[in-house]
Parts: sequence; structure tokens; C-alpha cells
Amino acid sequence: MSERNIILAGVGGQGILSIAYVICHTALRRGMHLKQSEVHGMAQRGGAVVCHVRLSYEPIHADIVPTGMADIVLGVEPVEALRYQGFLSPRGWLVTSAAPLRNISDYPDLDAVLEQVAALPHHVLVDAKQLARLAGSARAENMVMLGAAGAQLGFEPEEYEPAIRGLFAGKRAEVAEASLRAVALGRGAAAAYIQHRDEGLQGGQALARVGEMSEAALIDCGEGAEATRHGG
Amino acid sequence: MRTELLLGDEAVARGAIDAGISGAFSYPGTPATEIFEYIERHREADGVRRIAATWSTNEKVAYEEALGMSYMGRRSIVSMKHVGLNVAADPFMSSGLTGARGGLVLAVADDPGMHSSQNEQDSRHYAALGNIPVYEPGTQQEAYDMTVEAFAESERLGVPVMMRLVTRLAHSRADVRVRDEPHAPTDVGMVRDWRDWTLLPVNARRRYADLLEKVRTLSAISDSSPHNPLCIAGPKGILCSGVAMNYVLENLDEQDEYSLLRVGFYPLPVERVRRLIEHCDEVLVVEEGDALIESRLHGLLGANYIRIRGRLSGDLPRAGELNADLVRRALGKPAHESLGTAQGLPARPPQLCAGCPHSDSYHHITEALEAYPEARVFSDIGCYTLGAFPPYNAIHSCVEMGASIGMARGAALAGLHPSCCTIGDSTFVHSGIAPLIDAVHDDTNMTVFILDNATTGMTGQQESAGTGASLMRLLEGIGVPAEHLLVVEPLAKNHAENVARIRREIDHRGLSVVVSRRACVRIPPERRRSTT
Repeated sequence: MSERNIILAGVGGQGILSIAYVICHTALRRGMHLKQSEVHGMAQRGGAVVCHVRLSYEPIHADIVPTGMADIVLGVEPVEALRYQGFLSPRGWLVTSAAPLRNISDYPDLDAVLEQVAALPHHVLVDAKQLARLAGSARAENMVMLGAAGAQLGFEPEEYEPAIRGLFAGKRAEVAEASLRAVALGRGAAAAYIQHRDEGLQGGQALARVGEMSEAALIDCGEGAEATRHGG
Repeated sequence: MRTELLLGDEAVARGAIDAGISGAFSYPGTPATEIFEYIERHREADGVRRIAATWSTNEKVAYEEALGMSYMGRRSIVSMKHVGLNVAADPFMSSGLTGARGGLVLAVADDPGMHSSQNEQDSRHYAALGNIPVYEPGTQQEAYDMTVEAFAESERLGVPVMMRLVTRLAHSRADVRVRDEPHAPTDVGMVRDWRDWTLLPVNARRRYADLLEKVRTLSAISDSSPHNPLCIAGPKGILCSGVAMNYVLENLDEQDEYSLLRVGFYPLPVERVRRLIEHCDEVLVVEEGDALIESRLHGLLGANYIRIRGRLSGDLPRAGELNADLVRRALGKPAHESLGTAQGLPARPPQLCAGCPHSDSYHHITEALEAYPEARVFSDIGCYTLGAFPPYNAIHSCVEMGASIGMARGAALAGLHPSCCTIGDSTFVHSGIAPLIDAVHDDTNMTVFILDNATTGMTGQQESAGTGASLMRLLEGIGVPAEHLLVVEPLAKNHAENVARIRREIDHRGLSVVVSRRACVRIPPERRRSTT
């Protein structure tokens, strides 16, 4: 991996900055340069939140990703992920949770939103809400998505562990454990989704099929994806 | 040296600590808040508190405290958002004349694009007005390095120095190389001749002449500064400053042959500017904020002297934040191919948190005013400004810190009834006390709602100086009549009772102050006990 332009999207309170923390500290351990642009102040209050992360072994100039230069838009909420679709390069990936956060009165029809995502050439849909609960922490939707973005971000899953432990250093040990499990489940779910899509399933069908998989099957699928990637 | 992951704000703070400051002074304001907060978190070394750091009542006070520390020969930093400098303008403008004894750095964060502000004023104008030098970093590393240098220069030249940041740098993180150990607090000794700092006309005239002499020195420094590098190449020129440099570099390829002047230190390097202009057929000026450099070029040389492009010519937008895409277009390069924007998405504006006390306060106030369609509620700066949006639609103005009370009084004196205002506890102490004293003085027919949530909420739950019992003592002390000073607890279960009590105060033809008191839901529980 040489350079990555990442856009993290969600709603204030969904833990976007925690995802950025883990990615950036992981990149730092690799000796990469990085820039991470955040939203503070008024915009944070329950509104749309975006965070631009740029990683490179070369010095980085602009703090925000130029249009058409993003490799991945990672969403913890599907409408918020779509909001930044325009930043993606034609080869870029949109990876998002399928779980809506409806804190506005004019939230669109969810099926239409998910169809819009599924129409993109490179995308992943993951039910982060369900997987976070499965991992043992309803608040870990952000960590599920971090895992789901795994292959596109270019990090090995075990590389995240020091940063995740650092992030939750002041909390009970179970919080970090649940987060690590959430990352693994997210990675497996993303790999399974891509597999089902490659087999010809529609976005909604693929999502439903992944939803029926057991925890063990999901984790196997994530590790399998890893093995394939290393083999290739 | 070691590498740290720092916001632009934090890089300034780290630089200040490493330069050996004895004090940090500030009032919270996005995007500058994290400068002070970082110092507050890191002010102890080896278990010893080495740096004085408490939030000040407002930016004027913060500036004066920093100035007093400089008088003592100690280094200090005062940080604020751009509009905070309006509040601190009085001490700021005279601090050029007193000069600095211990290094004095003003870190001010502008907000181009108004991400979290009511205007996008450019602080470089203030620096020119006050005749003080400015460092304008383009990267987090520069924010660190320049801050360390700014303290030394402030002390060496005897002037306060401005570090000018913008949101995009202040709130962006990067890997920064920093010193392993901070410098111990420095001490150059107290001001020797107190007359230098006693700005009676006889002294001030002399000190102003001294300051103008320093400006000549600063101009010479600017023309040889490594922060103002000039590279003469092809006939097309670019003059950029601060973070705008990043948007230029993002778009330059190896085959590009632009002549390039980059400004990171002001006053402007006039000789270098002249060399660039004389060499080039046309020059694109790229600066974040106002068209300060561009308009000066027009002023010096006349718009027809050479083709100068930028925000004034329409090649870049006249207002708002720049980015790499806008600069790419101004350079005449084709846009990058992209996936295209998704259509038909709803906006998701910021909103009050679930359970927020302001939400209940607005429900009470709006219902109490239902019978008065002509009523107006002047408001102020804070989370409660979100009362302007649905479902509340509860307020009718927001201008600057403390404006609500003065404006409600002015409107009442123009005949408005009911004339109401909402102001938070922290904003009230910042600059609401003075107008309330005026209202007490003639018992103005108005109703003031102080929304006491025990904190400065919008900027991240900093401690508020006047909340709970101390706020009540303050109100009694300035003479608010006890019979029209009441406290309500904004909760749905108290709705009918609160509406009735508020209605009585609105109907009272004179001054009433209603303190709507309930702690911000974001205050950590361990801090919440003392507030009710």
C-alpha cells in the first residue's frame, strides 16, 4: 500500500473520530505520514459528521481529499456515506453500514437508499448494528465498519490491535475485547458480502444471506479472505 | 526528537510548552479551543505544575492576563477564535505600544467558510492594524516550529506576535516531530522602565514611534525570512500563503514551471513580492480568508500594471474556504474524474442532544409567548442558537457574544413588548453582565432568560465561571429585583407550572430575569453534582 485517501462519514456521536484514531495510529506505527481533518464545534451536535484521512509514505499536502481522489468512503450510516460519494475515484469503494440513523423527519425510504449504494460498481453493505450486538457492544458499530473496510484500507487486521487497546485504555477490558471482535466480524461480513455478490446475488439478497451466517462462519470468512489475498 | 499525532491547535500548544511558557490564557471558541485544552492537560512535568492555565472570563481578560505575565518577563500564550479578537481588540491594539517583555504569542484561529462562526473575518487585518508580525503556518509541523520561534522573536524584538491559524489546520491532525523535553519556563525579568508600559500620551507618543521603528525592522526580516521562500522560474507566477500553499502543491506536477512565492511571515516581504511580479506575466494569488495580499498588490501597483488573479478577479471565490479543487480550476487544470455526486439526499443539520435542557426551555418560552405574535426573542452564541431551527423556531436573532441582552433592551426602548432574550450562563458572564446592569438601571421592560446548563456546552463542556449559586449571587449583586428573579427547572413534567410563571414575568412591565437551570446532559456525572 503506498497512498490511501479515506473519507469517514456518519452522524455526530457514532464514533467517527474513534475510527480515525485507530487508522491513524496504525499508520503511524508503519512510519507513514498522515493528515486527518475533523469536525468540531456546532456541526458535531447530532449532525452529519465527516472526517478525511490521508495516508502516504510521501509528504501529504492538502488536509482534505480532493474530488475524485478518494479510495474509500467508509460510512457508519448509509445516507451519510452516499453524501460523500462524489469524492470517490471511479475505482473507489463505498463501504457502509446498512443500518439507518433516523434523527431527521425527511429520512428517505431505506430500500431506495440501499439500492443506490448497491448500484455502485465497488461497494460493501454491512449490517453494523446487528454485528455490533453480536460482538457484545451495541456501541461498536464504528469498529464493525473499520473491520469491513479492512481489505480496502490495506492494513492487516492484527495491526489495529495496539491502537484499539490504546483507544480504550481507560475503559473496562471487555470494551477493547468487544471492539476487536467487532473488527473481525465486520471483516468477515464484508468478505462474505463480496463473495455473495460475485456469485450473482443482488445487494439486498447478499445482505440477508450474510445476516444468516453464524459468528464462527463470519470470522472464518474474514480469515479466508485474508488467506486468498496473501496467496494472490 | 519524537513524532506525535497533533491537531494544528495542539501543535501550537506543544510549541508553546516546549518554548518554556509560564502561562496560557483563553476563552473557549471553535476552532481555537484545543490550543488551551492541550496545555491544560500537559502543564505538569515531573509531577510539578509549571504552567498557569485557567479559562478566563472572556478574551479581553485573557489577553490582559497574558500581557501581565509578559510584563513579569515570563512567556505566555493567549489563544482565541477570530471573533474573540474583537473582544480583546482593546488590549491587543495597545500591546504593540507596550511591547512584550517576556515572549507574548497571540494564537488566533480564523474560520473561513464559517463552519462554526458568525463571520469569516481575517485576523491578518488586525495584525496590520496593530503593527505586529504574523506567522501563518501551512502545516502542523510549521505550527509547532513557528510557535517555538515566535516566542524567541517576540522576546528579541519586544513585540507581541500573532500565530494565525485557520479551521482546516487547527482541526486537522498530522505527524509532527517535536522536542523530547519541553524547555523549563524562562524568565527575563520584570519590565525595567514602567513608563514604557504606562501609556499616558507623553509615553504613548514615544512608544508608538518605537513601534513604527520595529515595523521597519520587521519588514527587513520578512524579506530574508526562510518562511517566505521565493523560487523564480517560468513567466506564470503563484503567490500563496499559509494552508493555501497545500492546495497549490497538491496540483503542481513535475513539469510545471511556475515562479512561486510563499508567505509564512508578515509584514509582507515587499522586495520578494516585487521580484516575483516583475518577473511574471501573470500571478495567481492564493490565500485563505480575505483577499488581503491580492488587494495590497492592486493598491501598490494598480490593477492594470500586471495581470493579478485571485479572489478579487473571480478566478477564486470571493468568500468561503478554499480547497484543492478550486485552486486546480484556477490553475486551468482539468478536474479529476470522479464517481459523481449522489442526488436527493436530505440535509442533516446539527441539533440539540436528546434530553437537552435548552429543548425544554424553548418549549416553555414559546408556549408562554403564544398570545403575543409580535414578541421577539433575541438570542446569543451557544448550543441554544440551534433554537432557530425546527421544531423550535424560537429565536429571532444571533449576532455576537452578549448581544442578546443589549439588543432586547434596545428593542424594548423602541417600544417592543414582550422583548425577551436567551443567553447561556457562560456567555452571560463573558459579556452579558454589562448590558444587564443597564437594564437594571432603568428597570427596562424586558425578560431575560439565562439558560444555566452549568457549562460552556458547544465547545466541549468547559467550566463556566458563573453558574448555580454563584450566578444567583451575581444577579442579586448587580441589583436584579428579588421579586422578579426566579429559577425554573426546564423539564417536561414542570411544563405547565413553568409556562405560568414565565407568563407572569412577561406580563410584568419591567425587568425580569428567569434562570432556567438544568445541567448539560454531556457533563460527565462526576462533575454534575455541584450544579443544582
